[in-house]
Amino acid sequence: MDIYFDNSATTQINKEVLEEMMPYLTDIYGNPSSIYSLGRRAKKGIDLARKRIASSLNCNINEIFFTNSGTESDNWAIKGVALANKKRGRHIITTSIEHHAVLNTCKYLETEGFEVTYLPVKKNGVVDIDSLKKEIREDTVLISVMYANNEIGTIQPIKEIAKITHEKGIYFHTDAVQAVGNIDIDLKDLDVDLLTYSGHKINGPKGIGVLYIKQGTKITNLLHGGEQEKGKRAGTENVPGIIGIGKATELATEGIKQKAIYLENLRDKCINGIMENIPDTILNGDPVNRLPGNINVCFKYIEGESILLMLDQLGIAASSGSACTSASLEPSHVLLAIGLPHEIAHGSLRLSFSKENNEKEIEYLLTVLPNIVENLRRMSPLK
Amino acid sequence: MEEYSKKLMDHFMNPRNVGEIKDADGIGEVGNPRCGDIMRIYIKVKENRITNIKFLTFGCGAAVATSSMVTELVKGKTLEEALKVTNQEVADSLDGLPPIKMHCSNLAEQALKAAIEDYRKKHTKQ
Repeated sequence: MDIYFDNSATTQINKEVLEEMMPYLTDIYGNPSSIYSLGRRAKKGIDLARKRIASSLNCNINEIFFTNSGTESDNWAIKGVALANKKRGRHIITTSIEHHAVLNTCKYLETEGFEVTYLPVKKNGVVDIDSLKKEIREDTVLISVMYANNEIGTIQPIKEIAKITHEKGIYFHTDAVQAVGNIDIDLKDLDVDLLTYSGHKINGPKGIGVLYIKQGTKITNLLHGGEQEKGKRAGTENVPGIIGIGKATELATEGIKQKAIYLENLRDKCINGIMENIPDTILNGDPVNRLPGNINVCFKYIEGESILLMLDQLGIAASSGSACTSASLEPSHVLLAIGLPHEIAHGSLRLSFSKENNEKEIEYLLTVLPNIVENLRRMSPLK
Repeated sequence: MEEYSKKLMDHFMNPRNVGEIKDADGIGEVGNPRCGDIMRIYIKVKENRITNIKFLTFGCGAAVATSSMVTELVKGKTLEEALKVTNQEVADSLDGLPPIKMHCSNLAEQALKAAIEDYRKKHTKQ
């Protein structure tokens, strides 16, 4: 059996998306900046993708910019706003549970004379609004808070934070890589200044990202060169990728509420099954306020990579925040930030579902997982 | 991620000599839960030879497999022979380890040495 429970890492490309991309990988190879027909056809494809995204997320077409990845979008948003507004101030606020694309960008800016406050989160992974308010200073120019956490799935009060930042005249960026396609997003209503997401998390291709930049936002370029993307992001466009993310965004945002209900149902069935059948298990994150397809649990006394290897032997793909899966000696910074001790954080398992998953797969997992945990515990010196 | 060898996966999925020895002559424990690795090795010694050996390990696939392999390598050996087993030998016997996992074979070697040391400490007291 092949079961894919790692949709927060990446997703399978949708067939419709691939079909729309194919002509741009083969026949329509022209450079969109060229004047002749082949180039103009490529340009038209880009225009259509931008239109689809703007209408799916409810924003203007001139507010959508294509990048190479979610990581590039995060880098551009944070460095671009910090540099463009440094005369006003050099203070940035973010959270301790951001993706490394945000955290390490902020750390880099600290070496360039910026000051960064990393907000703690509550036990359920939600940012404490009062401490956010307290950390805002005269020289704060940017706040960056992820929409939904990639590990524990906690959803942040983005609209509320946007309101607070705007009352103080501060720019607000959100990394929505895990949110787009899972949460209904209306950019006019949400009122953030910058929003990041990527193609491969929503059944689109890899190597393509989007940065939404609200009109009027003061931001410098990250990449310098040609006049692509209205002179704001140089480099010949990844036309097939752009076509792909355009179609993927349209499909991912269609019927999003029904999809969320379907995923929540799978998720809760699986959480209940795990908690009822496996003792000494902790559910990480918020029980309700979490991504519809996200589960993150810690099994005490055992280590995450071992769990993943045993699941893999049975055809199940999942992930963990253990040190052994991260190429460092530290377990996940997110699990540490919600207050878990190291030895418990090492025993984490993340399952992330998509609409391709079904109840049968959950039932299979629930028949094998208790044995895996029991076997590993039998081997463990911890009790 | 770099793949584990078939042999390593066999020792992970079917580890040899798992468990405790209630009346062990020596017990060695290394690693700590903070780092996500603990190995505990129990030995039974008769006439200077390791007659029985068991382990308990909290850790990744490589940690379990190296524990299993080191117990296989030294079972039946004299203490002097057992002390000569190196972490490289443990890794080689598993058809190699990914570079990032070499510290696991170190732990296995150290846990064995700690168990022998423990035995000798208790033994000289008598």
